[in-house]
Amino acid sequence: MTHDGHEHDHDHGHDHGHEPHEPLVVEDEAGNIEGQIRVAALQALLVARNLVAPQEVRREIERIEAPGVHLGAKIVARAWTDAAYKARLLDNGKSAAAELGIGVGEAQLIVVENDEATHNLVCCTLCSCYPRSILGQPPAWYISKAYRARVVREPRAVLKEFGLELPVAMRVVVHDSNADMRYLVLPQRPEGTQAMDEAALAELVTRDCMIGVAVLPAA
Amino acid sequence: MRAMRPRFDAGDKVRVLDLGKPGHVRTPFYVRHHVGTVLHRAGMFLNPEDLAIGRVCGPVVPLYRVGFAMTELWPDYDGPADDMVAIEIYDHWLAAAEPPPAP
Repeated sequence: MTHDGHEHDHDHGHDHGHEPHEPLVVEDEAGNIEGQIRVAALQALLVARNLVAPQEVRREIERIEAPGVHLGAKIVARAWTDAAYKARLLDNGKSAAAELGIGVGEAQLIVVENDEATHNLVCCTLCSCYPRSILGQPPAWYISKAYRARVVREPRAVLKEFGLELPVAMRVVVHDSNADMRYLVLPQRPEGTQAMDEAALAELVTRDCMIGVAVLPAA
Repeated sequence: MRAMRPRFDAGDKVRVLDLGKPGHVRTPFYVRHHVGTVLHRAGMFLNPEDLAIGRVCGPVVPLYRVGFAMTELWPDYDGPADDMVAIEIYDHWLAAAEPPPAP
């Protein structure tokens, strides 16, 4: 069971010419499930030998799947309504998340702020690194090879396919979470939300705007 | 345990090396050989190339966030010149880049 970003598929053909190695694929994009069969066999053996209890596996899956977009939304809404919190968040995402009782299991969390001049966008070209502690599991498109390959090559074309056409005057910064950092986009607070409180604001915040493939419409 | 000191700091021009290492390397091919600017130091981490083969005792290595202009990475990039990729690179994959020649 992998739960952080470093599961990845060793199928990048340009990397070879060295000694052959067993691929670590669990399931490839063609849907082949040899890896799944192996995982199931391993789990059956571990259970049979009393090294792992079946409920432990289930509990771990539940733990991994418990975080969700609501945690990221809470962080964003607090940053919109509390300038001092926002400053701490941009300075150290992990400790600012902890202030709200949100534990970031990944190594570090870098929060990148969208503003009038800059649009930030997050990806993981090597595998599927994602701020899972605060956004839950990534959407399928995020781990697709198409998104991973194209977003660092033609980010504006990718965004356009998501329905977001950015003005050329706005700079695009693509953050590749290729190592020990995880990224959360702090979207711009939408127009027309001045009267809304923190809880109501949190309801507006979407997963896609925290990855950076969307912006929030005016309320 | 020897502790490696970060060689670079924000603003430094760096070139990504192509170390040709097999295994669990975290430096994608698309940035290799390219010149970028260190955005900031990102801390000290165990080297994933060691971790992947069970060497969990270190040493830790400096990690940087490095910014690359899209136009540096992709000569045919047709977007604005200040569009950028920010990526994490470990110290041993970087060399100081020569400053550009004076005009």
